[in-house]
Amino acid sequence: MNALLLLEQGLNGLQFGLMLFLLAAGLTLVFGVMDMVNLAHGSLYMIGAYLMATAAQATGSFWIALPLAMAATAAIGMALESGLLRRLYERDHLSQVLATFALILIANDLVRMIWGPQALLLDAPRALARTIEVIPGAPYPAFRAFIIGVGLAVAAALYWMIARTRIGALVRAGASNREMALALGVNVKRLFTLVFGLGAALCALAGAMLGPLLAVQIGMGEAILIQAFVVVVIGGIGSIRGALVGALLVGMVDTIGRAFLPALLRGFLPNNIADALGPTLAAMAIYILMAAVLYWKPTGLFPARG
Amino acid sequence: MALGSILIAAIAFPFAAHALGWDYYVGVMTRVMIYALAASSLNLVLGYGGMISFGHAAFFGAGAYCVAILAQEGVVSALVAWPLAVAVGVACALVIGAVSLRTRGLYFIMITLAFAQMLYYFFVSLKAYGGEDGINLAARSRLPGFDLRDETTFYLVVLAILAGCLYFLRRLAASRFGAVLHGIRENEPRMTALGYPTYRYRLVCFTVAGGAAGLAGALIVNQHGFVSPGLLDWTQSGTLLIMLILGGVGWLYGGVAGAAAMLLLEEVLSHWTGYWKLGLGIVLLLVVLRAPGGLGGWLARGGARG
Repeated sequence: MNALLLLEQGLNGLQFGLMLFLLAAGLTLVFGVMDMVNLAHGSLYMIGAYLMATAAQATGSFWIALPLAMAATAAIGMALESGLLRRLYERDHLSQVLATFALILIANDLVRMIWGPQALLLDAPRALARTIEVIPGAPYPAFRAFIIGVGLAVAAALYWMIARTRIGALVRAGASNREMALALGVNVKRLFTLVFGLGAALCALAGAMLGPLLAVQIGMGEAILIQAFVVVVIGGIGSIRGALVGALLVGMVDTIGRAFLPALLRGFLPNNIADALGPTLAAMAIYILMAAVLYWKPTGLFPARG
Repeated sequence: MALGSILIAAIAFPFAAHALGWDYYVGVMTRVMIYALAASSLNLVLGYGGMISFGHAAFFGAGAYCVAILAQEGVVSALVAWPLAVAVGVACALVIGAVSLRTRGLYFIMITLAFAQMLYYFFVSLKAYGGEDGINLAARSRLPGFDLRDETTFYLVVLAILAGCLYFLRRLAASRFGAVLHGIRENEPRMTALGYPTYRYRLVCFTVAGGAAGLAGALIVNQHGFVSPGLLDWTQSGTLLIMLILGGVGWLYGGVAGAAAMLLLEEVLSHWTGYWKLGLGIVLLLVVLRAPGGLGGWLARGGARG
């Protein structure tokens, strides 16, 4: 285990964490402001990735495709919200689970109908298909560095929006005390639609960024959805700051855990046990992290309410 | 009485099916009944205990693996393997419940989900027992006096177990324990103020349900002849939850109705189209929007007359 490998994995962890943040931010806002469990959030991520892959093929350019895919996914998200999901706000969480689970089934089959069962190809833009030296002396894939940059930029933009704009104030009010915000005359319908649309756009961005690294395939949403929920729980429901901290923690723990835990265990356990235990513990790591955080802070690190 | 006639029809079914050459459907109905048992055990946790558990498939899968592992090691007696599967379900539920029940709301949901995922990774790590690919059941369990390899005999044994468990659930709900659970579900602070150790009551409820799920697992591995870690995946827990919500949470026969509805719908739809998940999703959405109490609620409102 050398410093260079640690550095590279650290950057990978940062990159993964920031992408998780994009997903978790939308999820935590929807849960915080609209009090809705949205299992279909992963499906929006999948739809965003598929639209991105298609747009990139059609236009031949990653850079033109990206805003198109984000806009299209945001539109789909807002249509979904105003057409269907807004009927669920007043319902109990179980009904929301049932309805959004149904949406996952529908989305997976619709995607399969339109694009077929094979995974789609999404290439990183040619300009970024090389390595750069983020840290002098340590070459790192330029695309991954770009992802980190995008993630940080979005985090900064979201922070500015939430903390400094009127819309952000409305979102914060809705997240901390929805009834009061309603009573104060906030145009809730429009706010909710916008929040949902923003979440969908972020999902598409994450899908477009991760598409070249992971596969663009049916069911890609389910795998990452769980991790996004873990982030939201760790960070605290309704808090963007919590989503960022939680996402970085989860990204780091997961990436570094998978990279170094097996090797670490070999240090003081017999090889065959370390080889079996290592990957298992690494996979469990984020859940153990979540359990630990909840033990000390039962409502997450930065809960928006209370 | 409607229940009596359903029971008679259920007993007569395999014989009628055999006469009509529909032997395949005997297996289908057996599967329905096993999932009905699993969903009913979740009903105890959710409908009667008021706890939204998203990790129930863990106990289901653990019970299945228990029987499969024992069979691989040469132990095929149902009188040994099945009670052990129940014990495994109880043990897992005790440990998971003891930690999870300290939390509430979304956090409880996430923690149960996290523990289920941990158990999933644990079974993936068991290379000796199939790892990610799972294992085949070496031989169907042997129950003295019954040849479980005969589909009809197995069907009737499962029917007897399901009926027995439902009877037990009914007695439990009507007992003092059930009344306390009802009180906790309605107003926990009040029950605590009245001096009831609510945590303990919930833990017992959770644990008993875990045992029942373990039994269902023992049956499902016999039915399928195979078990893999996928049985513990969160989407399986989600499926159980969906079945229960579809059937009617808190209704004694909610698990049965929901399992039957969902699995039979799946069976019918998949004969028509490869995109049956789309159809299932649409039906589920309609149920959420039009029939909030699930099938149980619909029946209570007068069914087709309502």
